[in-house]
Amino acid sequence: MARLTIIEPDSSASTWQLRELWAYRELLWVLTLRDIKVRYKQTALGILWAVIQPVLAMGLFSVIFGQLAKIPSDGHPYPVFVYAALLPWTFFANAVSNSSNSLVGSAQLVSKVYFPRLIIPLSSAGAGLIDFAISAVILLLLMLYYGVGWGLHLLAAPLLVLGVVLTALGIGTLLSALNVAYRDFRYVVPFLIQLWMYATPVVYPASLIPEHWRWALYLNPMAGLIEGFRSAFLNQPFDPLGLSLSLGVAAAAFVGGVRYFKKVERRFADII
Amino acid sequence: MSDAVIRVEGLAKHYAIGAHKQQRETFREMLTRQLTTPLRRMHSPPGANAAAHSIWALRDVSFQVGQGEVVGIIGRNGAGKSTLLKILSRITEPTAGRVELRGRVASLLEVGTGFHSELTGRENIFLNGAILGMSRREIALKFDAIVAFAEVERFLDTPVKHYSSGMYVRLAFAVAAHLEPEILVVDEVLAVGDAQFQRKCLGRMESVARSGRTVLFVSHNMGAVRGLCSSAILLDAGSIAMQGTVDDTIAAYLTDVFAADADTGCWQWAEADAPGGNEVRLLSVTLEGERSGISSGFAPDERFSLCLTYRQTKRLTSMRFVVQLLMPTGEIAFTSTDQTTRGQHVFEPGTYNTRVTVPGGLLNTSRYLLRVWAGVPGIQRLVEPIEVGAFDVIDAGNQNSCFGNEHWPGVVCPMLDWTVTRSSSN
Repeated sequence: MARLTIIEPDSSASTWQLRELWAYRELLWVLTLRDIKVRYKQTALGILWAVIQPVLAMGLFSVIFGQLAKIPSDGHPYPVFVYAALLPWTFFANAVSNSSNSLVGSAQLVSKVYFPRLIIPLSSAGAGLIDFAISAVILLLLMLYYGVGWGLHLLAAPLLVLGVVLTALGIGTLLSALNVAYRDFRYVVPFLIQLWMYATPVVYPASLIPEHWRWALYLNPMAGLIEGFRSAFLNQPFDPLGLSLSLGVAAAAFVGGVRYFKKVERRFADII
Repeated sequence: MSDAVIRVEGLAKHYAIGAHKQQRETFREMLTRQLTTPLRRMHSPPGANAAAHSIWALRDVSFQVGQGEVVGIIGRNGAGKSTLLKILSRITEPTAGRVELRGRVASLLEVGTGFHSELTGRENIFLNGAILGMSRREIALKFDAIVAFAEVERFLDTPVKHYSSGMYVRLAFAVAAHLEPEILVVDEVLAVGDAQFQRKCLGRMESVARSGRTVLFVSHNMGAVRGLCSSAILLDAGSIAMQGTVDDTIAAYLTDVFAADADTGCWQWAEADAPGGNEVRLLSVTLEGERSGISSGFAPDERFSLCLTYRQTKRLTSMRFVVQLLMPTGEIAFTSTDQTTRGQHVFEPGTYNTRVTVPGGLLNTSRYLLRVWAGVPGIQRLVEPIEVGAFDVIDAGNQNSCFGNEHWPGVVCPMLDWTVTRSSSN
């Protein structure tokens, strides 16, 4: 029996169409690969940029916040303290900013070919995972150099990475869809990301926030996840309540972002 | 027909006019609109403006296509052809109605979709193939055939940004040509590349059509439609005006086009809905006879000129306008372009006139349809082909064609120099 396709009004809005997404997994892979290949084309340093960016940020923050502002770092050397947070944060910030521009940047594709539109923000967020993996190696080297971390807590890392990826995908898909309808978001996103970084314990420890207000901090999914990264890589105790609160919000952000995307997806070709 | 592969029922698509405006609506405007809506409601009853600000690009379109049929979709610009293709390709959703497609569908609304200029030819083959719905395995199997078809073997590992436009288009079409779906939906993608490559593409399309696949083919080229399709659908203002054999439908289309508007010899458009796109908009077309002035009827010996006025908003190199005259039968009388006059000059933005003179004593007495388009050869269409209107070459009985009052068939009836001499006395 031949494959049957039915086209009706609202046929894509109701479900997530996971089966279809699965059928297009090769395209997801090819587009991710394209984003990786294209990113460092015609740059002299190439993939080294994946290392240079967070390392430079680490140096800058260590001088400004560690040396000058004397921000506490829970007893760890400030560079490794801030790098353990910069690693997931850089991935998150790049994934959100790339995927929020991805649909508008692929207007040609969207108006000429059909495929599950989710693939576009997913692939541009996913391409950042390579950079993430490379800069993770630097963190391991820093841990060796400063002689910190290296404990069983490292086993929590995959769960934390998953949390960061879900948050980035949720926010990225939401912003990419909003950006199609309202190009204002192109200007809002960089500012939003900057603001978000200061609302997240990247350059400061969560312990700086009074304990009875910390739950509010963890409503920001990146807060709990980044503190979790520090616990895992610097081998300090986890904050189970904060982490689970943030993981919960991360999952909700993912579901909410994808849901909104699916809801407005069918209008993309008409308004892009 | 129970074995229909494509079944379309009551399909409709509605667009809000000023979609352009809405597309650029900013967040702030949206907020203002939402906030002021109750106020505006008080001034005008709800829904009063709805009809005035919307159009039905398609309305109650129903048809079926059987296994292995090759169906042409024809109609004037704006008749709904592209909208129909976009719905069948699932790029946009219908407002009402239902489509059933049985089998693997591939649609080709453009060649080279998703090509990335920084990637090599090899990488782009895999990228474009995946976008068109081929699996990696499938592409790997057909890789050699694709490369051979495109004739780019030597440049496989060069980024496509260094390709000539011809090579780029050849590679793009080659990937698309190796799709093997059960249902193929094709827009006018053959209008790219040089004449030799166009013939190659048409040949490839013919073999696809003959191999038992179901094909929907949209084109302005009646010759290609006639050559490829067994039947055709004529769309007019969003509805099906006719569905039948390819010859009958093309005849109906041409009759329709020829009969349209009481032509004055001058056609004008408001800039917002003028034919063309972001780079070039056709503002007016004027026919002016040596003796008749601006008119749509000329005597056979009368010289007349054709003037196209257009506005160009971007800098363009090696663009050209093309003018084509068609007979009521669909045959092309001739095609002419300003390409050689323009040469390779760079044209700065501005309003331009391009004018051509058709000599007297060339065309036969007939009605002619005027078709116009513009483009950068082999690269892009600036103005899609548009049937501007019709004009007549009429013998008004004043004996100014070479046959006097008689009418003899033929696309042209040129005034030629005859010499009659007596070579011998017996």
